[in-house]
Amino acid sequence: MAEIVIRNLRKEFGAFVAVQESTFTVADGEFFMLLGPSGCGKTTTLRMIAGLELPTSGQILLDGKDVAQMRASARDIAFVFQMFALYPHMNVRKNISYPLISQGMPRRDVRNKVEEVARILDIGNILDRPVGGLSSGDRQRVALGRAIVRQPKAFLMDEPLGALDAEFRERMAEELRALHDRMGATTVYVTHDQLEAMQMGDKIVVMNHGVVEQWGTPQEIYDRPATMFVANFIGSPPMNFLRFEATLEPGAATARLSGVDIPIPPLETGVSGRELVLGVRPEHVSLGTDGAYRGEVIATEYLGTTQIVTLNSPNGTLRVRAPSGQPVRVGETVSLDFNTATLSLFDAGSGQAMKVDRAAVRAAMKEQSHG
Amino acid sequence: MAEVVLSCLSKRFGATTAVDDVSMTIPDGAFVVLLGPTGAGKTTTLRLIAGLERPDAGSVSIGANDVGAYSPAQRNVAMVFQQYSLYPHMTVRENLAFPLRSPLINAPEDEIERRVGEVSSALQIAHKLDNKATALSGGEMQRVSIGRALVRRPDIFLMDEPLSSLDAKLRADLRLELKRIQADLGATLLYVTHDQIEAMTMATHIGVLEDGKLVQFGSPREIYENPSSIYVATRLGQPRINTLPASLFGEAPAGAELIGLRPEHIRQGEGRDAKVVRVEHLGDQTRLHLSLDGHALITLTDPHTPLASGDTIAVRPDNPLYFAADGARIPQGA
Repeated sequence: MAEIVIRNLRKEFGAFVAVQESTFTVADGEFFMLLGPSGCGKTTTLRMIAGLELPTSGQILLDGKDVAQMRASARDIAFVFQMFALYPHMNVRKNISYPLISQGMPRRDVRNKVEEVARILDIGNILDRPVGGLSSGDRQRVALGRAIVRQPKAFLMDEPLGALDAEFRERMAEELRALHDRMGATTVYVTHDQLEAMQMGDKIVVMNHGVVEQWGTPQEIYDRPATMFVANFIGSPPMNFLRFEATLEPGAATARLSGVDIPIPPLETGVSGRELVLGVRPEHVSLGTDGAYRGEVIATEYLGTTQIVTLNSPNGTLRVRAPSGQPVRVGETVSLDFNTATLSLFDAGSGQAMKVDRAAVRAAMKEQSHG
Repeated sequence: MAEVVLSCLSKRFGATTAVDDVSMTIPDGAFVVLLGPTGAGKTTTLRLIAGLERPDAGSVSIGANDVGAYSPAQRNVAMVFQQYSLYPHMTVRENLAFPLRSPLINAPEDEIERRVGEVSSALQIAHKLDNKATALSGGEMQRVSIGRALVRRPDIFLMDEPLSSLDAKLRADLRLELKRIQADLGATLLYVTHDQIEAMTMATHIGVLEDGKLVQFGSPREIYENPSSIYVATRLGQPRINTLPASLFGEAPAGAELIGLRPEHIRQGEGRDAKVVRVEHLGDQTRLHLSLDGHALITLTDPHTPLASGDTIAVRPDNPLYFAADGARIPQGA
């Protein structure tokens, strides 16, 4: 198993730059997600790690060795594609054995390896079946089996669950993650589905227009998005953006939005006459009756445990996740209280997050609750 | 708009019964969602109403008329398919106007212009009216094909997973839009999906299909809070309802084999000790994967929970659901 270090990786196709100076590290044994909308460069990045594309510049260090310009077959990496390709004329056992037999491994060793993989994937009962009649789940497991039987240094997966329906996808996602937990193999996984990335990943890289916007753990990326793009791409419904113009001293603890002072995490540097964006996650707003910052309810969507309430606020549309037991009527005006420690602030022009002192807010809140 | 009534409707394909004795009333002005996994009979039901399939038994009536003898065109229904089908050589405006110019409707030009304007602004494609259909993105093309149904005033709209090919953000926007448009028009709408979020958020009524049978019909809240079986209970809710042996927590009602626990049915900090297997951070929710006597259990916790794999936490049921061995619900308090 292996660590993969990506350093200043760049790929041009003619005049088009698919990936710009990407840098991130996949630690040994990590389940690592490359996330972004279509065309963001995530698949190109994966294909460069696999050796299916050669980078224009930059390094790919596999356990410290630069493999960027090496052939795919020399890298000892297994690739699982979106459409799981199996040999239709072979049975399950032959499909899984094939990579080992083509390496010239002795028959008895092949047999043992295949049995072991079948046990891990729980497909021992279908080893002698033709692949033609298999369910899509079993086909997927066989394709995985063929990848893991070689015990490569790393697995690369390109939306392996993309073609499955929602219910089955969720089950396979759990299965893949459990398989990873048993084997501890370094895995790089491409997806455009933010929930899949949050659910399965130890770490996530978010890409957009060929640029790495942020990388970190799912919770870090969710709680402290580095850019408005990330804040909007992660989370469903996404983070709310309330635009306002502000002049603030460093350390200011409130911002004035439409005539109402809203407590904010203190900014590390001041701003003067700049357009800012207050970023608020839907579950970090509580609806009440008394506050000064108010909005009109325009829709409610029941979701079982919770409901999504859509409101018109003085600074634009806002979506709030509230407990489904809380009575909310379309047309009524309610007050909005924001959980200060969880708020983000962005520069509206650049879309970059402003540095804020969250620890100060938490400490102040603790003091208040003790006092 | 009209009420649509299905009576004892059945459809077989060879040895497979796709729709099995389905009776259902779609009230005038209702937004009914048919929910079920692939192969449950959702699309076939829709096609039977549209007249694209002939039933082996039973009848369909639209606005109190039995439409069994009517061709699809005579039924006054508008259908939206999963895959957009637009006339590629026409502009968006011409595509939207096309159904109104058909010999059956033949609307006056000023009326056509007004309706195309209304629908295109509701679907946020007004700025693309003069583009060729082929010059649009996939999401825009799908909005045009929804728009082509909306410009008409049919007795019922039939929609077969119209949002499934769109990306998540657009899908969330269009969910709200579609719901609003339906309410504004007072339209009767039957909508097929296997996406539970769409079903929960848009429907006035959900019909749950299992192997061609309609197993429950009710409001999203009824279906979620008061499911008639394990099968129905697992259709809605994320994370999915936990189903465990009823005896796991001691006393259970007579005949109960299984206990169904949604996250809100699990009280933490008292009861039986469970082991934390994994803490899963999904951002808006944090899932706690637990193991209790070898049974897997998923519930929700605070995003900044101090719990980690290997820790122990006590849990007990709080007003749970009980089911018999065959999956049927056992009423509470019985």
